[in-house]
Amino acid sequence: MYNTTYVKAANTADAVSHMADGGQLLAGGMTLIPTMKQRLASPETVVDLAGCDLAGIEDAGDSIRIGAMTRHVDVAESALVQKSIPALAALAGGIGDRQVRNRGTIGGSVANNDPSACYPAAVLGLGATVHTDKRDIAADDFFTGMFETALDEGEMITAVSFPKVAKAAYLKFPNPASRYAMVGVFVAAGDSGVRLAVTGAGSDGVFRHAGMESALDGSFSADSLDGVAVESDDIIGDIHAAPDYRAHLVREMAKRAVAAC
Amino acid sequence: MTIVTITLNGKTVNADVPDNTLLVNFIRETMALTGTHVGCDTSQCGACIVHLNGESVKSCTMLAASAEGADVTTIEGIGSAESLHPMQQAFHENHGLQCGYCTPGMVMSAIELVEKNPSPSEQDIREGLEGNICRCTGYHNIVKSIQAGAQMMSEQ
Repeated sequence: MYNTTYVKAANTADAVSHMADGGQLLAGGMTLIPTMKQRLASPETVVDLAGCDLAGIEDAGDSIRIGAMTRHVDVAESALVQKSIPALAALAGGIGDRQVRNRGTIGGSVANNDPSACYPAAVLGLGATVHTDKRDIAADDFFTGMFETALDEGEMITAVSFPKVAKAAYLKFPNPASRYAMVGVFVAAGDSGVRLAVTGAGSDGVFRHAGMESALDGSFSADSLDGVAVESDDIIGDIHAAPDYRAHLVREMAKRAVAAC
Repeated sequence: MTIVTITLNGKTVNADVPDNTLLVNFIRETMALTGTHVGCDTSQCGACIVHLNGESVKSCTMLAASAEGADVTTIEGIGSAESLHPMQQAFHENHGLQCGYCTPGMVMSAIELVEKNPSPSEQDIREGLEGNICRCTGYHNIVKSIQAGAQMMSEQ
């Protein structure tokens, strides 16, 4: 790892000011530290957010607000999340391994927008709101491409609010070695209809599938997805799975997610 | 450079280390406790697992500076050659290791698993070991060891 300067931010404003000086935010470090070890990132300054008081889960009536530094283990084990949005608790409990869940945070995962990460599927599938130090960003506007988000330079996620929905489920097909989602589908049925988000498969990162959403709006059953086409044009192909196989998995995991609701 | 102060196996230690020092290197090189291993460079193998404030973490995937003020326990802190921790005893009795390289991480991972779930099923154990890789045993004896270790821990 290249050398770096370590700074522990006292609060959000302090972190933002370090970012303005070129600092790289460090949340749980589950992506940043391995990336630095591989010398794929070499920030001059890392700004640790652990002291910024950004962890916590609150019941906000129609939604649950989860602080950016809340770890996966805390979301997975939260009685509130388990009761109100069990699919979200289950998703958090399936990220990486126990040691990753003991360190990794929701803010870090959402800001990184890894195309195979689980959390972006929940944010988009539930139509969550991403809160930053400057504004609130709707999920539909937040994810803008592989590892790309609507965050401006120097803007920082402080929390994510997830609406409580009638039913939701997330199912992933994990890569047998890395455990990352080769395909993961989050489906939710709420007041504004069905939302279905796919992670692991899109060459631009997480995406909604309009065809499957409208089929499920007509009839919320796994069978209603049988005739829906999932094109492989913008689907990732790699040594683990070709685009047409991943496209097949997208519909299959969607059917299983609907059946699990 | 940053002065890092942690409680390591019950003892307060500190050292002035470069800011890019990983916790595992602080433990192994600065503090000369080499029971914690490094088996990969990709945060996948789990040989480096220690307890940070009672929870298992991969010490190769955090900066020592981030552990400032924390309570860190390594494999050296749970038992001794004369008096093994029940989980170590269970690995010993059930042949839960061959080369032994992954064992410190396995044991630290297993102890936290059992502390959270005192009677884990075989499935719980296999899922709980997702962050640990063993290239010798095929895991069967490790799972058996952890089942026995859970029993022994509950009898203590």
